[in-house]
Amino acid sequence: MSKIRKTKVPMKEQPVEQRIKNFNEVPLGYTPEEAIEEAKRCLQCKDAPCIKGCPVEIKIPDFIREIREGNFKRAIEIIKQDNSLPAICGRVCPQEEQCEKECRLNKIGEPVAIGRLERFVADWEAEQGIEKPKIPSPKGIKVAVIGSGPAGLTAAGELAKMGYDVTIFEALHDTGGVLRYGIPEFRLPKRIIDREVEYIKMLGVKIELNAIVGKTITIQQLWDEGFQAMFIGTGAGLPKFMNIPGENLNGIYSANEFLTRVNLMKAYLFPEYDTPIKVGKRVAVIGGGNVAMDSVRTAKRLGAEQAMIIYRRTEKEMPARIEEIERAKEEGIIFHFLTNPIRYIGDERGNVVAMECIRMELGEPDESGRRKPQPIPGSEFTIEVDTVVVAIGTGPNPVLLQAFPELKLNKWGYIEADPETGATSVPGVYAGGDIVTGAATVISAMGAGKRAAKAIDEYLQKKIKRDAP
Amino acid sequence: MYPILSSKKLAPNIFEFVVKAPLVAKNAKAGQFVIVRTHEKGERIPLTIADFDPQKGTVTIVFQVVGKTTDELSTFKEGDSLRDFVGPLGTPSEIEFFGKVLVVGGGVGIAPIFPIAKALKEAGNEVIGIIGARSADLLFWEEKVKSVCDRLIICTDDGSKGLKGFVTQAMEEVFKENGDIKRCWAIGPLIMMKFATQVAKKYNIPIIVSLNPIMVDGTGMCGACRCTVGGKTVFACSHGPEFDGTLVDFDELIKRGERFKEEEKLAWERYKAMKEGKTNVQD
Ligand SMILES: Cc1cc2nc3c(=O)[nH]c(=O)nc-3n(C[C@H](O)[C@H](O)[C@H](O)COP(=O)(O)OP(=O)(O)OC[C@H]3O[C@@H](n4cnc5c(N)ncnc54)[C@H](O)[C@@H]3O)c2cc1C
Ligand SMILES: Cc1cc2nc3c(=O)[nH]c(=O)nc-3n(C[C@H](O)[C@H](O)[C@H](O)COP(=O)(O)OP(=O)(O)OC[C@H]3O[C@@H](n4cnc5c(N)ncnc54)[C@H](O)[C@@H]3O)c2cc1C
Ligand code: SF4
Ligand code: SF4
Ligand code: FES
Repeated sequence: MSKIRKTKVPMKEQPVEQRIKNFNEVPLGYTPEEAIEEAKRCLQCKDAPCIKGCPVEIKIPDFIREIREGNFKRAIEIIKQDNSLPAICGRVCPQEEQCEKECRLNKIGEPVAIGRLERFVADWEAEQGIEKPKIPSPKGIKVAVIGSGPAGLTAAGELAKMGYDVTIFEALHDTGGVLRYGIPEFRLPKRIIDREVEYIKMLGVKIELNAIVGKTITIQQLWDEGFQAMFIGTGAGLPKFMNIPGENLNGIYSANEFLTRVNLMKAYLFPEYDTPIKVGKRVAVIGGGNVAMDSVRTAKRLGAEQAMIIYRRTEKEMPARIEEIERAKEEGIIFHFLTNPIRYIGDERGNVVAMECIRMELGEPDESGRRKPQPIPGSEFTIEVDTVVVAIGTGPNPVLLQAFPELKLNKWGYIEADPETGATSVPGVYAGGDIVTGAATVISAMGAGKRAAKAIDEYLQKKIKRDAP
Repeated sequence: MYPILSSKKLAPNIFEFVVKAPLVAKNAKAGQFVIVRTHEKGERIPLTIADFDPQKGTVTIVFQVVGKTTDELSTFKEGDSLRDFVGPLGTPSEIEFFGKVLVVGGGVGIAPIFPIAKALKEAGNEVIGIIGARSADLLFWEEKVKSVCDRLIICTDDGSKGLKGFVTQAMEEVFKENGDIKRCWAIGPLIMMKFATQVAKKYNIPIIVSLNPIMVDGTGMCGACRCTVGGKTVFACSHGPEFDGTLVDFDELIKRGERFKEEEKLAWERYKAMKEGKTNVQD
């Protein structure tokens, strides 16, 4: 066997100077030649440790072998057996903590670029024009899916493939959940979500937009309309604030508001689009996760001269993907580690002009195993800012939960559901994704949607037998 | 798409639409609102449900032209459709039998006070109403509001109709004459609700106001609508929009209403120029 390259075949990217001025995607994808070259690095391990790293257990060596042979169509078919949204996962999965983390090549260098290869074949397929899927004969049994994020879309797609009559109810005027309103265009172009949603529709799934379950239509009305089972995938969209003085000053956004204005409402195209966004010269984003990274890079693209991350621990503890932290650094994002805001200062018109921060140090590890940051007394200092984005996490979306008091919740206020099946305390009602686990990942939400679809099928089969005369 | 079944001009710059939205109409209650979007590039704007008919599947909205989106909305005619119309949002008004109650509507706030008065009346309350506007030509729905009140007082700032003066002056009169008012509601511009609260406080009458901060989703997901009530941050769209007036930090709300002042101005000027055919920016 010829010597394999130690590093991934690089993927072309938009140059930094250019990309900080637009919202186009940063990595540009592999060419077929590059994909084949990267595929050749795979050792085709018999025990395939990479598969165990993937929450939906894609048959990784198999699809990579097909790429190596140039059989892209076969490769995408293999992926789609386990993952219905590959173009999305190939882009936003934290591969370095999942499939690629387990790859045997880590011993000698970089792992196989599994995510990039997945993205490549998904995009390749889209270029060919997605084939109309085979639709099974309808069973005539109605299932309701609440929420059109990755959990809901996956559950709906799987159920439709089994012949159920599926309707998705979505609160917003467009589909995708966080994929559309949270993750920015430069990481996940909207046309890719549109493409995947189109595919789900081709499977016969109906989508009701502007339909807030618990408000526009109640749970009882859904049962009355003949839905036999439900899947809840309403996400963890409730923004958290720090509850420190001055947090309601003008210029301070939750990450959800900031990103929703820009992504869902396309405020980056204001005034062509009607929804405004205001980004000043000095923008501070509070937090260290993917959401913070997306917000700060968005602020940069909207013209901030200084776009800063304020994080209370060190770089090592940052939950954001390493790749995104690297890109943020390249784009000139300033990082203030071991720093926490304690109050905001405004002018007479109520606009934020500065924030008082305190320096932190890391103490003993807490329950999560991470070292707990503690303020250093007397270390207060001020940073001038005109825009702040608070990205310190989210809680469960409350609307549905309030309207559905029979659902048992866990101590954090998320729905209590069986991790294997998604079954909740109410018969026929299943749940999955962020509304069960708290903010997690796209692929874990999809995994939950898929497992729940299987469980719903089993439940309905039994129910039909039982109800039969 | 949500078709407009009828459109009416109620006063200069105030319009009424009856919109077909069966699901919203079916579940609507007094005190709730909808979010409307005119077209694909449009903003999501909140408007109170001013009336609804579950049988016909219709919802009535009344809006005042104050900027780009409401201006554009005013060009919509019977037969046109709204791109998005989602609701009913917010927590409904707390309606029960209180005894004697007062409802106060100022300016375009006359419309949202109607369903509350109606529900209070249906719950057996004796309802006194006050509606006010700057001048007679800006008044609307007098008969409609009167039909659900035991007594209706009309006032205008310039005295061109009814009592001369602000609604707060009429409130003072009512409180003086009626020692037994159990609760009141006031809806209108922030500044009016702020002063109405002061009057009610003076007479020790519980007062509910309906807040109208800038919103995006209207479901508790973005926090754009946050206000300080009783020293705590609340989301007007999901916890409200109705709150105990005496607990509301009105000054903060007034400032927060100006978050996008420059952008709003730019958008409206650009739209007006386009409407007058000076430019064709919206290509
Ligand atoms: C900015 C940002 C960046 C992220 N980056 C990554 C990343 O790089 N990689 C990764 O793997 N993960 C990332 N995540 C996390 C990931 O997006 C989420 O874990 C995932 O989207 C959860 O999916 P879900 O289907 O459970 O919920 P969501 O995506 O939140 O979707 C829930 C949907 O339900 C709708 N809904 C809520 N209530 C109702 C109701 N009552 N009736 C009808 N509809 C309702 C909502 O409007 C929404 O559309 C990121 C998250 C954010 C916010
Ligand atoms: C719960 C609620 C109920 C309301 N009910 C009514 C009603 O029944 N009739 C009516 O005429 N108006 C109502 N409003 C106010 C209405 O939403 C605004 O007048 C409208 O959004 C202005 O949009 P614009 O583009 O025309 O003006 P802009 O130029 O955008 O803004 C003008 C003013 O409207 C406010 N505003 C702007 N955008 C929003 C937004 N997205 N959400 C809320 N306020 C905004 C601004 O603070 C500013 O003071 C309500 C607001 C809320 C929150
Ligand atoms: S879905 Fe995610 S974890 Fe699984 S193989 Fe693809 S990139 Fe890796
Ligand atoms: S572990 Fe790495 S090298 Fe081995 S099969 Fe998986 S991707 Fe290929
Ligand atoms: S409008 Fe978004 S939380 Fe209220």
